[in-house]
Amino acid sequence: MEDVPISYPGARAPDRSRAFSSNGVRIAVYEWGEPDAPPIVLVHGGFDFARTFDVFAPLLAAGGYRVVSWDHRGHGDSQHADLYSWLADERDLLNVVDSITRGPCAVIGHSKGGSMLLHVIQALPHRFTRFVAIDGLPFRRPPPDVAERERPLMLHEEITGWLDHRLRASELKRPPGTLQELAKRRARMNPRLSHEWLLYLAQHGARRDEDGYRWKIDPSLRMGGFGPWRSRWATNSLPGFPIPMLALLGTEPEPMGWGVTRQDIEPYLPRHARLEVFQDTGHFIHIERPQETARLVLEFLERS
Amino acid sequence: MIQHLQHNRVELALHTLRAGEGRPLLLLHGLGERAPARLPEELSGWPGPIHALDFTGHGNSSVPRGGGYTCELLMADADVALQRLGSATLVGRGLGAYVALLLAGARPKQVRGAILRDGPGLAGGGAGLSSPFIPYADETRPAPPDPFALVDLATDIRPPDYACVFARLAAQLSELRHPVAVCARERPSWLEAVMKELDVEAIALRDALDGYA
Repeated sequence: MEDVPISYPGARAPDRSRAFSSNGVRIAVYEWGEPDAPPIVLVHGGFDFARTFDVFAPLLAAGGYRVVSWDHRGHGDSQHADLYSWLADERDLLNVVDSITRGPCAVIGHSKGGSMLLHVIQALPHRFTRFVAIDGLPFRRPPPDVAERERPLMLHEEITGWLDHRLRASELKRPPGTLQELAKRRARMNPRLSHEWLLYLAQHGARRDEDGYRWKIDPSLRMGGFGPWRSRWATNSLPGFPIPMLALLGTEPEPMGWGVTRQDIEPYLPRHARLEVFQDTGHFIHIERPQETARLVLEFLERS
Repeated sequence: MIQHLQHNRVELALHTLRAGEGRPLLLLHGLGERAPARLPEELSGWPGPIHALDFTGHGNSSVPRGGGYTCELLMADADVALQRLGSATLVGRGLGAYVALLLAGARPKQVRGAILRDGPGLAGGGAGLSSPFIPYADETRPAPPDPFALVDLATDIRPPDYACVFARLAAQLSELRHPVAVCARERPSWLEAVMKELDVEAIALRDALDGYA
């Protein structure tokens, strides 16, 4: 049964795909729409891959755009890299954009993709025309009511957990399973998405080994983490954001989301920004509400 | 003698500058440097064996594709060496000093003192907030050192409050009274904050080595 291609209502495979070398790392790139149409670049979130746009991207392409996305290094069909960092992902992003156009273009980022774009656009505002953040504005509330002395100890567990993970990283493998099992496993992080959709994703995000299917994502990558970066730096930079912005938020908190609310972020947004909140919607707004999201985005691209 | 250690897809070179019994000294080099070819005279009074690590993309360690360096990754490099040695006193130069501090906080039982010294890359890319910038490496330059390491680790941010978390962990969890010794004249803001947090003054290298021997 699992050898039969799995379809999903509205999902369409990319019209074109290619690979290129981004500073020596092979990156898989996908396109929907006419090659000579104005480009829009879609940036996926952490632990996702470009084919998660299989419903959303065709809707944008139908609006007259060349929609381009790629699998981040270590994700989907892109190469497992030796090293990973936010900065390396941003250089890959610019290399992808350079491979499409040297002129300015519109960009859309989901989750981590939005947060990356926030920084890249402010570093190179002349390269971008419009920005859509799909639950992609980083925000952290003050830490919970934990005694000051306990906080470093909580971080210590996180750090040693990560170091222990690094010690084992070269031997790690994603656990095998059927596509059904992989879809159910992913539901733990994507609890609002239907089994049918997750099964469709598993078909494209997993490879078949002798002992079963495995998600393609590099097993050395790990959720969570620690580091010197502070989300307040990004939030405080928002009032001076240089290009028109459409920010989309859901209302339902999810494991992979920022948990940002209108009240959190609105005071920081520039006057030209537009904020839309989707009721009863989680972190994956473009997957839960693809038609409405695409309509809002197309209207924003044409009118702002 | 060089031991090759695996850190995910990178092969690290751990040099033994002097074999021996007792607690090892582990040297961590500065940005763009490599392990010293010979035992530095100033360290020769250490009673135990002396080792030196080449960080990822430096010296005899392998050069990865496509950059992506962070100080946390180098902390994990040093941790791979630490696990091979069991426990060690760390001597870090420049970038290696910052990495030594991170590891002293992360593995406070195994790091038997971290000596922070002057050297290339001590300050990194500053304390935090800076103009958005995406540094590119000149990939035509010969490696090692990896050109990506030079740009990534010269621009990484080192907020004082972040460095202080590691200093506090070392102070809270180490069995040593003074788990960090500062032997540096250069004082980037992270190091100033760490000295204040730990209430320590700079001391001579010889005194630091004697204290941990």
